[in-house]
Amino acid sequence: MIAMRRGAIGLLYAAPALAFVAFFVLYPMLDLIGMSLTNASLLGGSEFIGLKNYVKAAGDATFWHSLAFTTKYTLLITPILIGAGFLLALLAVEPSRIARLTRAVVFMPVVIGLGSSSLLWVWLFDEQVGLVNKLLLDLGLIGQPMVWFADATLGLWAVILSIVWKVVGYGMILLVSGIQSIGADIFEAAMLDGAGFWQRVARITLPLTVRTIALTTLVSAIGSMLAFDQFYIMTAGGPKSQTFTSVYWIYQNSFIYFKQGYGATLSILLMAIIFLASTAQLLLMRRGART
Amino acid sequence: MSAAPQSSRGVARVRDERPPRLARRGAFARPGVYLFGALCLVIMALMLFPIAVSLMASLKTSVEASASPPHYFPSQISLENYARVFHYQAGLPTYLINSFSVAFLTIALCLLLAVPAGYGLACFPVPAKEAIFLVLLLSLMAPYQALLTPLHRLFATLGLANTYLGLAIIHTVLQLPFSVYLMRNSFEAAPKELAEAAVMDGAGSFQILWWIFLPAALPSVVTLVLFAFIASWNEFIAALIFMNRESGFTVPVMLVGVRQGHFGAVDWGAVQAGVMISILPCLLIYLLLQKYYVSGFLNGAIK
Repeated sequence: MIAMRRGAIGLLYAAPALAFVAFFVLYPMLDLIGMSLTNASLLGGSEFIGLKNYVKAAGDATFWHSLAFTTKYTLLITPILIGAGFLLALLAVEPSRIARLTRAVVFMPVVIGLGSSSLLWVWLFDEQVGLVNKLLLDLGLIGQPMVWFADATLGLWAVILSIVWKVVGYGMILLVSGIQSIGADIFEAAMLDGAGFWQRVARITLPLTVRTIALTTLVSAIGSMLAFDQFYIMTAGGPKSQTFTSVYWIYQNSFIYFKQGYGATLSILLMAIIFLASTAQLLLMRRGART
Repeated sequence: MSAAPQSSRGVARVRDERPPRLARRGAFARPGVYLFGALCLVIMALMLFPIAVSLMASLKTSVEASASPPHYFPSQISLENYARVFHYQAGLPTYLINSFSVAFLTIALCLLLAVPAGYGLACFPVPAKEAIFLVLLLSLMAPYQALLTPLHRLFATLGLANTYLGLAIIHTVLQLPFSVYLMRNSFEAAPKELAEAAVMDGAGSFQILWWIFLPAALPSVVTLVLFAFIASWNEFIAALIFMNRESGFTVPVMLVGVRQGHFGAVDWGAVQAGVMISILPCLLIYLLLQKYYVSGFLNGAIK
C-alpha cells in the first residue's frame, strides 16, 4: 500500500520529463513517419503519396553518395581518433605535472563549438590567407599554395584534421580514466616479471580498457555519422555535391529545397542506422554498470 | 624498465615525491624522461597552434589579416577586427543576448525536468522504472538532427519558430538524456540514512529533495548546468534552421554570416575576432571549473 503510493509519487516526479519527451521527441518521431508518406512542402500543401518518397530515395544518387561519403568519413576518422586518443592517454596518464598539463591542453578544444572551430580551420586551410599553406611552403613541402577545398579528397582530409584536433581529447580523457581504474598491483607484478612498457600496454592496458575503447568508438562513430557543421562550414557540400553528408542532404532537401516530405523519408533512413548503433552503445553501458 | 629514477630535477622530482606504489605509472626511465617531456611539449604546441594564430590574426589590422601570403605575427596590435564584429548587422550585443537567453532557458528546462525525474527514478519504487528511464533516453537513439523536419512543422503550429523558447526546447531535447542519467546516478549514490530519518519526522518528498538530496548532489547539478550551457552555446544546425531572422541569430550562426561577408570578399580578421569571442565563455568555464566539467564527461559519457 505504502509502496504503491510511493511509486505513484516517484512517477509524478518523472512525469514532466516524460511529458516533454512524449511531446518533443515521441510525437515528432511519429509525425516523421507520417510526413515521409506525403509530399509536404515548406511552402505549404501536403498530400498522401504512399511510398513514393522511399522509391525516390532508392534512386537518388546524391542520397546514396552522401550515405557512402558519411560512412567513408566515419571509417577514416574513427580509427584515427581512437588510436591517437589511446596513445595520448598512455602519455597523459603518467603521474607528472607536464603530463597533467598535456592532458588539460589536449582536452581543451573539446569545449569549443564545432561551428567556431570549423571557421578557424577553414581559415587555416584557405588557399590565399591560410597558414597551413604558408607553413607547408616555408617547410618546403609544397611548391605553390594548394587549393584544399577544390578537391573532395583534400577537403575531406582538411575536415578530418580539424575534427581530430577538436575531439581527440574526448577519447583520451575517457581512456585515461579507464587506465587509472586498473589496479596498480597488476602493473607492479608485470614489472617484477620483467615486462617492458609496450608489453604491459599490449598485455594489460589494452585488454583491460577494451570496454572503454568499444564505448568511445561507438560514441565517436555515431557522432561522425551525424556530421554536419564541419562540412556545412568548410566544404559547403562541394565540389559538385561530393561532400554532402547524410544530415547535410536532409537539411538541403527539407530546408533549402523545401521538400519536407522527402527530407522526412531521408531522416527515417538515417535514424534506423543510428538506432542500431546506439542500442549497441546502451547495451555496453548497462553491462558496464553491472560489473 | 626500472622504477622511478633518482633524478632530483624537473619532471622526475614530481614523481619522486609520490608514494612508491605509484611508481608503476612512471613507466619511463631516465633518458626517457627528457624524451617524454619533449613529446609533451610538441603535442601541446600542436594543440595550441590553431588558437594562438587565430588570436594573433584577430589582433591584426584588417588589411594585414587579408594579406596574401599571410604572416604569422601581427606587425601592430589593432582592435579594429573586434570593432567590426561588434558593429556587424544588428550588433554583437544582440547576438550575445540571443545566445545567452537560449542557453539560460535550456539550463532552466534541463534542471526543471531532469532533477525531479532523476529523483523519482532514484528514490522511489516506480513501476516499470527501467522502461521509463529508457523512454527518457529516447533522444539518444533518435538523434535530434533527424527530428528537425517534424519539429519545424510542430513549432510553426505552436508559434515557437524564431523564439528563444523554441530553440531552447530543441537544445533540451539534445541535453535531457545526459542530464537525467547524471541526476539519477548522483541521487542513487547519495546516502539514504538522513532521508529515512526525515521521513520518520514527517518530512514530505519535496522537502527531502530540496533539503537533503539536492545539497548532496550539488556537484552534479553544477555539471548539468555547465554541460547545458556549453551544448546550447555551441549548437549550430538547429539554430541555423529555427532562428532564420537576422536579428535572432545566435553567435555561431552570426559568425557564418560574417564570413559570407559583403560582395564576396571574406573579412577574415573579423571572422577570427568572432571566433575568439565565441570560444571565450567555453574556455573560461573549462579553465575555472575544470573539475565539474571533466567529471561530467567521466560520470555520464553518453553524449
